[in-house]
Amino acid sequence: MPPLFLRLDCALDVFFLEAILNGILLAGLLALLALGLNLVFGVIDVVWICYAELVMVGMYGVYFANKGGLPFLVAALAGILIVAALAALMHKLVIEPVLDQAPINQLLVTGGVLFVLQAAATMAFGVDFKNIGIRMGSLSLADMSFAWSRLITFGIALAGMLALWLFLTRTYMGTAIRAISQDRQIMPLMGVDQKRIYLVTSAIGGGLAGLAAVLMVLQYDIYPHIGLQFGPLTFMICVLGGLGSMLGGFVAAFIIAEFIAIGGSCFATEWGYAVAFLFFIVAVCIRPQGLFGSKT
Amino acid sequence: MISLRLLLPRLSPAAIAGIVAVALLPLLIRISFPSGEKYYLHVLIQILLWSFIYTGWSLMGRFGLTSLGHGAFTGIGAYTATLLWNDLGLTPWLGIPVGIAFAVVVAMLIGYPCFRLRITGHYFGLMTLALTEFVRLCIVGLREWTGGSLGTQPKRYGDGISLYAAQFEPDRVLAFYVAFLLWLFGLWVWMRVDRSMDRYALDAASQDEDAAASVGIDVMREKLKITALSAGMCALGGAVFGQYQMYIGPDTIAGLSISLNMVFACIAGGLWVLLGPTVGAVLTQLLSEGLRILVQSSTTLKGVFGSAALSLDQLIYGLLLIGFIIYMPKGILGTWLERRRV
Repeated sequence: MPPLFLRLDCALDVFFLEAILNGILLAGLLALLALGLNLVFGVIDVVWICYAELVMVGMYGVYFANKGGLPFLVAALAGILIVAALAALMHKLVIEPVLDQAPINQLLVTGGVLFVLQAAATMAFGVDFKNIGIRMGSLSLADMSFAWSRLITFGIALAGMLALWLFLTRTYMGTAIRAISQDRQIMPLMGVDQKRIYLVTSAIGGGLAGLAAVLMVLQYDIYPHIGLQFGPLTFMICVLGGLGSMLGGFVAAFIIAEFIAIGGSCFATEWGYAVAFLFFIVAVCIRPQGLFGSKT
Repeated sequence: MISLRLLLPRLSPAAIAGIVAVALLPLLIRISFPSGEKYYLHVLIQILLWSFIYTGWSLMGRFGLTSLGHGAFTGIGAYTATLLWNDLGLTPWLGIPVGIAFAVVVAMLIGYPCFRLRITGHYFGLMTLALTEFVRLCIVGLREWTGGSLGTQPKRYGDGISLYAAQFEPDRVLAFYVAFLLWLFGLWVWMRVDRSMDRYALDAASQDEDAAASVGIDVMREKLKITALSAGMCALGGAVFGQYQMYIGPDTIAGLSISLNMVFACIAGGLWVLLGPTVGAVLTQLLSEGLRILVQSSTTLKGVFGSAALSLDQLIYGLLLIGFIIYMPKGILGTWLERRRV
């Protein structure tokens, strides 16, 4: 973030360019965050309003596994598995019983999970900020500097998206998942076990949330309410990009991230966010199916 | 007199007895807990004020328009009235209507495109969630006027009790009757809606919009009407809540947690019955107050949880919310009334 006096004439200087590029790096993280939610949203047609809280649990998981003596990569794997298991459990216990109710009830029931996870984290870990304390330095490039953790996040976000795409298009399970998302009624008649597909999708969505958690641990402090900072943004990106469209999610993440980065560097941080939310509302009013969604 | 007859619903003896009983609650408290009068009245006032806000939300919620944006409307109502009073010296008697009008305009701005494009279900939830976040961020961002995330206070006028400034906080009995009248007003609005043709139109539209439109219901107009009413009530409730608390903050009167609390309380109490939101408010307030007292009075609980006990009520809320949606979607009162009828 540039010092205050530079914000006044922030147009067209090196800090502005840095803000734009940092926005792109932020977009990588947001795109990764949106990826898991997008999958679940698109396949099961359920909004996990507690998605960012699952990420929070993953962050604590990685933090404590790492502090407990595990090397970071093992701790990261543990974090991913924890969130995947938690998501599958949540689907089985909480979402499955209400799948035949109105869609809004599925959203609200995960709202209950949000309360539970947030309160449980506060009670177990306290409200203070925790930092894993891994410093990776930053890359200096023509008067600009970029944190390595952000660059790595960006790279892994791209890799994660590619891996998910390959899984969905190249494997039997992936094909079944895509088929279910296209027609919920007919696929069970074709011998696809819908319940199992939903459970696997939930676990994969949770795993992607865990992956996002691993990368966020490197960049951000952990505290029980961190979900409130990222949750609403993640939903917006999913809807803005178009349901189930991964390319759309990526483009939407870029747009939102640029609003936040540029708005935050020229004005105060919350105005960047406020404009992003306003843009979302207006954009959905113009194109309700999202940027890359198909009209159904 | 004739017009009054038409406006007022015919009340059953039981209903009149209930209203009188609630009106006499301060007397009962004075007799039974003379030392803790202020505290018990405070709990009652909170219950009544939140009941009014929840009732306002349920007007929309009962027709499947599950809004997560009503935290924005309570915030707009509270902040508009307070800022007009603090900065321009405009009496809340005018400031609150301005706040209500402002909230209704915002509700129309978000409602019109949503209803036009038939954004329903969880998409509607996410749109209104974005509105809540937008309003909260604006409140935080305009910190020169609103005090940012620290919140602000309405300027005290004289000794804090004034008709002109609509301030009544020091006199808890007076505050109780303000909240009581507001609560009765909310119930009256609910009954008027329940007995109107609009209710049948909206019920039909929530089942099948095309079918409703085909029998001549102007779905758009009906939805906008109920949205305006609901948003206006929440703005009024938020403003009066600010006048009572003499403090407003983005997290106490606006924001996502307020929106979610409204949804939770209405579902827990019962979305489709008159006193459902009230039962929800009683449940949530007693739960948080009861747990607070329980933890404070018991040293073992304090030892086990420490300061973390403050989150215990949130944990139980969450579990109850899950339980209610899965096992009792009609809420406590709704289920009870249904059982009794059978």
